[in-house]
Amino acid sequence: MAALLNRRTVISGFILLALVFPFLTKNSYVLHILTLAFIWMIAVYGLNLLAGYTGYLSLAHAGFFAIGAYSLGILTVKVGMNYWLAFLSSLIITCILGLLIGLIALRTKEHFFAIYTLCVGYIIYLVIDKWDGLTGGVRGLIGIPVPAGFGPLSFEKPLSQYYLILFFLLLTVLMVYRIVHSLSGRTFIAIRNSEELAKTLGIATMKNKLMVFVLSTLFAGLAGVLYASFIRFIGPDIGYITITFDLLMYLLVGGIGTLAGPIVGTLLIVWVSQSLQFLQDYRMLIFGPLLTLLIIFYPRGIIGAFYEWKIKRQEKKRMRALIKNHKDAEFPTANSVPDKKVKEG
Amino acid sequence: MFLKTKELTKKFGGLIAVNDVSFSLEKGKINAIIGPNGAGKSTFFNLVSGSHTPTSGQVIFKDQNITKLPPNKIAELGIARTFQTTNLFEQSTVLDNVKVGHRLRTNSTLLDAVLRTKRFKKEERKCREKAIEVLDFVGLTDVSDQLAANITQEEKKRVAFALALATDPEVVFLDEPAAGINPDETEGLAELMKKMVDRGITVCLIEHKMQMIMKLADKIMVLNYGEKIAEGTPEEIMNNQMVIEAYLGGSASA
Ligand SMILES: Nc1ncnc2c1ncn2[C@@H]1O[C@H](COP(=O)(O)OP(=O)(O)O)[C@@H](O)[C@H]1O
Ligand SMILES: [Mg+2]
Repeated sequence: MAALLNRRTVISGFILLALVFPFLTKNSYVLHILTLAFIWMIAVYGLNLLAGYTGYLSLAHAGFFAIGAYSLGILTVKVGMNYWLAFLSSLIITCILGLLIGLIALRTKEHFFAIYTLCVGYIIYLVIDKWDGLTGGVRGLIGIPVPAGFGPLSFEKPLSQYYLILFFLLLTVLMVYRIVHSLSGRTFIAIRNSEELAKTLGIATMKNKLMVFVLSTLFAGLAGVLYASFIRFIGPDIGYITITFDLLMYLLVGGIGTLAGPIVGTLLIVWVSQSLQFLQDYRMLIFGPLLTLLIIFYPRGIIGAFYEWKIKRQEKKRMRALIKNHKDAEFPTANSVPDKKVKEG
Repeated sequence: MFLKTKELTKKFGGLIAVNDVSFSLEKGKINAIIGPNGAGKSTFFNLVSGSHTPTSGQVIFKDQNITKLPPNKIAELGIARTFQTTNLFEQSTVLDNVKVGHRLRTNSTLLDAVLRTKRFKKEERKCREKAIEVLDFVGLTDVSDQLAANITQEEKKRVAFALALATDPEVVFLDEPAAGINPDETEGLAELMKKMVDRGITVCLIEHKMQMIMKLADKIMVLNYGEKIAEGTPEEIMNNQMVIEAYLGGSASA
């Protein structure tokens, strides 16, 4: 109970901090970077559902991110569709493509799945890069509108976009939280632990994997859509493999298969990247070894390490209690000085 | 006839892992399959539970041909199994681990989970109650709130039983349940199997510990190089010349 209360307060604290953050800093660049980080987090949550909770490491996520972004770009700029209709359509397009690709990709497992999706991701990038007529090729798409306002609400200003994107992030976290803490979530975890066992427990593994795959592309697509109307310019680079690896790095550092991992990892890496910007691409010389060490010692990232520590502490406590009970039971009379017991307790 | 196999055969390339095995389980009894390592016992289980499709032959359950059904459909029909090793979700409690065993009797979807619908709540409760019930049945009520990472090897075996039982099975196939645990604990597991049978669940197990089998089983099948070389009561098996020669290798008294 105390732990729950604790978690509640921590979560509320973070939400409150995110809400008042724009008033704590006058620096619009920081706000911009933070908004971008929120967008990445949404995509990382998608990746986490699939790779972390279900055990299928997809390397096509930048591709789905780009599909979401380009769908919105094309539908608003070229087709001239109403913003929110285009928003919804873009998510649906991403999911449909996700479903089709998932149907094929999920016939493979483990490394083969990772390699296959890596190829798919690259093909998506190539299509965007080469299909000039539709995507504008290397020139990209410019003039993507900001989200259309609702009545008095308008999303013209970076601050209002910050809140809009924060809203979608919180929605994402809530959805993922509820999914993970449900029979569906336990079903996914069972698949990750052992697909063979899951099947013999009566779980239709293919159906479940396909659901997670589509859901994870939905989050990637949502992130892409938000990105497109936040930056208002998109180029083929957003679908490139490096973005997938960035997302994966955020997830691994924060903690794969943990609920807070995507937030912690993304914030940390984005912040460190910003601080080391003067090093340009040589940053990777620092990141590479650090990441390797982290994976060796804490395969479940920062949050995973924290939980491990908590588990160990709990176990120690339990053992101590057991030993104590044992002693009390063994020498009930020999050591029957009552005030001594009180002290121990 | 409850559950039987007809001329079941499984080939892996040139290797015949299970060769022409016809066997029928005695309903409401403890059935056992014994045989040396590599005799095809686990493969036989895989064929019955649908994890592998046989090269030829049939599996019949209550007059229904289930040979080609996928494992999840077979589980729905009431056939459960355990594996030689069980992977649990170590960061989660024993209770939470077992809940998923009842998933196949529920219908709630992702949408139910996200919207926290009535059905979601009802089914979460149902799975929780089932998990509590089977954990009580296998004697793990005390550790149900502990993390799976922190329980003993023997308790993990019991969790595997509980998972199988949570599917509401009519028959459970247990693959070497007593492997890697000490004799005292083996006794406890044997008791548990008897308790399952008392509950009306048919048991079929693979076991190496001969003493345990001879005391426990009502019916035994002996496999050797994928072939059934004998079948019968423990006394019949102990006195079977083929078994003594092929399997016990002369040390039948052991
Ligand atoms: N998936 C598989 N692919 C190839 N050969 C297998 C496979 N599973 C089992 N075998 C082989 O089939 C034979 C029987 O194995 P198994 O059923 O595991 O024996 P047991 O459980 O009686 O020890 C062994 O020779 C084993 O190597
Ligand atoms: Mg075996």
